[in-house]
Amino acid sequence: MIPVLKVIAPGFHTTIQDQGRRGFQHVGVPVSGALDRNGYLLANALAGNTPNAACLEIIGTGPELEVAGSSVRIALVGSGGGLEIGGRDGALVPSGQTARLSRGEVVRVRLGGDAFCSYLAIEAGFDLPLCLGSRSTYTRAGFGGFAGRPLRSGDMLHGYADDVAARDEVAFSEPRSLGLDQAIRVVLGPQDDYFTATAIADFLQGRYGITPASDRMGFRLAGPLLEHKSDYNIVSDGIVAGSIQVPGSKLPIVLMADAQTTGGYPKIATVISADLPVLGVRGAGRTVRFQSVSREEAETIRRAEHKRLMSVIREIRPATAKGISLDALYNQNLIDGVVDANV
Amino acid sequence: MDDFRILPAADSALVIEFGSAIDRKTSDRVLALAETLTQAGLPGATEIVATFRSLSVNYDSLLTTGRELEAAIRALVQRSGTSSQVRQLWDIPVCYDPSYAPDIEDVAKTAGLTVAEVAALHAGTQYHVYMIGFVPGYPYMGDLPAKLRLPRRLDPRTRVPPGSLAIATSMTAVYPYESPGGWHLIGTSPVRFFDPESAKGALLGPGDAVKFRAVTAAEFSRIRLAVERNDYVPGHTEIAA
Repeated sequence: MIPVLKVIAPGFHTTIQDQGRRGFQHVGVPVSGALDRNGYLLANALAGNTPNAACLEIIGTGPELEVAGSSVRIALVGSGGGLEIGGRDGALVPSGQTARLSRGEVVRVRLGGDAFCSYLAIEAGFDLPLCLGSRSTYTRAGFGGFAGRPLRSGDMLHGYADDVAARDEVAFSEPRSLGLDQAIRVVLGPQDDYFTATAIADFLQGRYGITPASDRMGFRLAGPLLEHKSDYNIVSDGIVAGSIQVPGSKLPIVLMADAQTTGGYPKIATVISADLPVLGVRGAGRTVRFQSVSREEAETIRRAEHKRLMSVIREIRPATAKGISLDALYNQNLIDGVVDANV
Repeated sequence: MDDFRILPAADSALVIEFGSAIDRKTSDRVLALAETLTQAGLPGATEIVATFRSLSVNYDSLLTTGRELEAAIRALVQRSGTSSQVRQLWDIPVCYDPSYAPDIEDVAKTAGLTVAEVAALHAGTQYHVYMIGFVPGYPYMGDLPAKLRLPRRLDPRTRVPPGSLAIATSMTAVYPYESPGGWHLIGTSPVRFFDPESAKGALLGPGDAVKFRAVTAAEFSRIRLAVERNDYVPGHTEIAA
């Protein structure tokens, strides 16, 4: 076990997450994993990791960490903000860019404010035991990740590399768009037949606020009330991330990463898989409007979105400390000949 | 006309639904299909989750399409017969003493029985595990004897202690974790129903059978100590489905 980062301050809710825990839903185990799958994958790609390496998922306020290994390379993916080297108000490495730090250096994660959750990856990944095939934390039952709970001051995180080679740091070639105004696309059902035509129309035309009672288990929405035709209980059946259930309160709840595996309320619609990260990155206080698409459209969108994500990863470039692509700098130099190559 | 329907949960899952009843016949069909689909190894399917009257087949829409998966499932539903899987019959110790069963006196009063009769009725029935849900390892087991069927409590508890044996409607269950709950608590089991360190996680699986055995408070404590030492597995025997 190689110590890599010591937690000086844990932030509001920082947990270890990966791609989630598959294969145990039939015995009631939620999938868990990153709320924003895209942010998580991008953070690992920056750090040069395989797509399933464990990351820190950071919600609310960022942690302060001290490097405990000889050297580490880390990257933050969120929106704005970045890594303050040396602690509060230290030199800022913007989110979307890697940084190599040495033993004893302190880094504070500054969140930009637009993203509900951000991801911090470390080169070679965090070394934690697999629990039911995953390193994701499921806090409600207290298993997975780091001791089954959010990080606390004094925790020591372990990794797979004590020293990382010095090389060009890398960054994304374009700033990340969170799609905060984008409609969240859904496929109606599986129990849309439990709702009146008015309810379906109100659901698709209304604007909902994400309430503060939202967490990794579900986003509770406030907005137009949705009338059931008669009953609001169904015989409990399966739930997926993105299931939108409507209990007796008539207000929808979008079930997210830590959702229970079964539920007894009718589900008016299901968020398409491509838009789960787009919703996951929005938190309390943001708004949501829904747009209905077909299952086939959902699948087409997913494939297109995956291609887009892969091209963002391919476009990762060497970066300067200010986050300017060296390629762009060289090109500019060639074109206008103003920048002295020695500067 | 088919007596089942296949509903989409966006591009994440297909729900194969056999009506809306909670009964053994429906459950057996669900479990048999779960077995058939698992054996078929549907490409792109990531998980199969059996519930009372339906089956969720989760899939990765980068690996397959709902249309392809649905066609494969339709062909297999027709061929899926009864389950051939060998199941476990579990012998689960429970202490029904009122000090371990905060609601058993109320339940007895409502049912017009003595506390001993409630315990004997509950322990004298073999239950079928319909599904696991709510929290990891929480088994929905049925069917309760008619005399023990009560609606849920009017005021749900915010904290039900782990190990609590509960009843409501036609179902009985054990809470593996402390959690909120609205069922009537008629006993406590010293057994661990979920262990994330074990390979399969949950003690019970859908389709298993369970019989409860009344134990004294002293026996309860002995078993609990053995469970804490990881030195206790409840008795189980193989039975035909």
